[in-house]
Amino acid sequence: MPKITYIEHNGSEHVIDVKSGLSVMEGAVKNNIPGIDADCGGACACATCHVYVDAAWADKTGAKSAMEESMLDFAENVEPTSRLSCQIKVTDQLDGLVVRMPESQH
Amino acid sequence: MTETSPGVVIVGAGHAGGTVAALLRQYGFEAPITLIGEEPIPPYQRPPLSKAWLKGEADADSLALKPSEFYAEVGIELILGVKVGAIHPAEHIVDLSNGRTLSYATLIIATGARARALSIPGADLRGVLSLRSAADAEALKAALGPGKRLAVIGGGYIGLEAAASARALGAEAVVIEREPRILARVACEVLSKFFTDYHRARGVGFELNAMVEALDGDGGHVSGVRLADGRVIPCDVALVGVGAPPNNEIAAAAGLECSGGIVVDTHARASDHDIFAIGDVSHRPLPHYHRSFRLESVANALEQARQAAAAITGRPPPPHEVTWNWSDQYDIKYQFAGVPFDVDDVLVRGDPASGKFAVFHLTGDVIQAVEAINAPAEFMAGRQLIGQRRPISRTRLADTTVSMKEVAA
Repeated sequence: MPKITYIEHNGSEHVIDVKSGLSVMEGAVKNNIPGIDADCGGACACATCHVYVDAAWADKTGAKSAMEESMLDFAENVEPTSRLSCQIKVTDQLDGLVVRMPESQH
Repeated sequence: MTETSPGVVIVGAGHAGGTVAALLRQYGFEAPITLIGEEPIPPYQRPPLSKAWLKGEADADSLALKPSEFYAEVGIELILGVKVGAIHPAEHIVDLSNGRTLSYATLIIATGARARALSIPGADLRGVLSLRSAADAEALKAALGPGKRLAVIGGGYIGLEAAASARALGAEAVVIEREPRILARVACEVLSKFFTDYHRARGVGFELNAMVEALDGDGGHVSGVRLADGRVIPCDVALVGVGAPPNNEIAAAAGLECSGGIVVDTHARASDHDIFAIGDVSHRPLPHYHRSFRLESVANALEQARQAAAAITGRPPPPHEVTWNWSDQYDIKYQFAGVPFDVDDVLVRGDPASGKFAVFHLTGDVIQAVEAINAPAEFMAGRQLIGQRRPISRTRLADTTVSMKEVAA
């Protein structure tokens, strides 16, 4: 299973095996990792699963949809590397992915 | 026999109950946690039941809040298929329907709401369903399919989402509503018209201003919905979606203050210091509006789960959120935020015919609520502006050449 490293804003690291097919958000929520709230459960409706993805992974995590782009536009502490983790599907290609969390999702 | 359990007991293992249990562990709470649920399965997400799940696009694993082994791993005792019969606040105990009695230091009531039943002839026929639980959704899904006829009684979100999902499964669907328009209780007229047109264009029929008098049956199974004007809408399955009263009876019987839900403060604490109530069952303050209300949404359940978990573990309270919700029907992304209290004007930004627009509800120049169709920027910016309570320019808000970033600047 692909390993994904989730880094909380306070620096705490969680290395998790996430089944291919799940989203990066689901990998965190199902394992009770703090810092990714995902209030809407992955419907791209709330922008509370915001993470930063290192630029090196950008081509593997895919492009943002217009919907995701618009939601992120109004999230807190947005950076060019910001993504909604519910919109990133885990594949074998993402083995080793590192995502960092913003200070707050609300 | 009373068992020793001095930690947190959570009554109700829905989205709110499951979330607060997990959050308590996330926040470092170490005492015992017991989560009691009436349904036979661990906590799961309800919103997909009328949406992706009904259409067959989500499975049981994806519905589950956490994997089933999670609870044992973090030391949350799950007691499923059991109801709480009574709460005794003075003694700090609850009686379970299986004869057990549990002690608590802190009690969290997360019993939710139940589908309102119709009290008309034929309401108990087979094939007359509601949609609240996974079991309800299973029954509905099994009854739908190509050529089947679904009659939806009640033009609210659940009914409309089910109608859209039924069409996706190849079934016929008719929505029966007693008001002159669908979503009358929860959305503005512009939205009602938009959704009515959108559903009609996809083959859904509507009976508005229609009083349902009875459900007709054939061999004990529903065969049609009889209206007051004498017409019968034939169907193979009828879905009743006419609201959801709160399950607050055990709280009221225990002497907790109730007023259309269990009355709580901004920490989700009820009128007894050691009892919290979260989610659909609570009647809660809305600080942005200086009043209290009962909300029925996942966002509300999660906000209150965070409030209660913070209060119980001594963390600072989370910031007040502007309530919001969403609905998926066909390819429409509908998001709404705030509550339209004291509204004196309604402003439409964008053209509904374009399939991308938003409706802002205003008091003076302050936004109270926003309803956004395929318009995430309007939703996100609107929600932030509602929270800020500051006046905006109506002219700029109505002008789609001015971006929402600029409107909010």
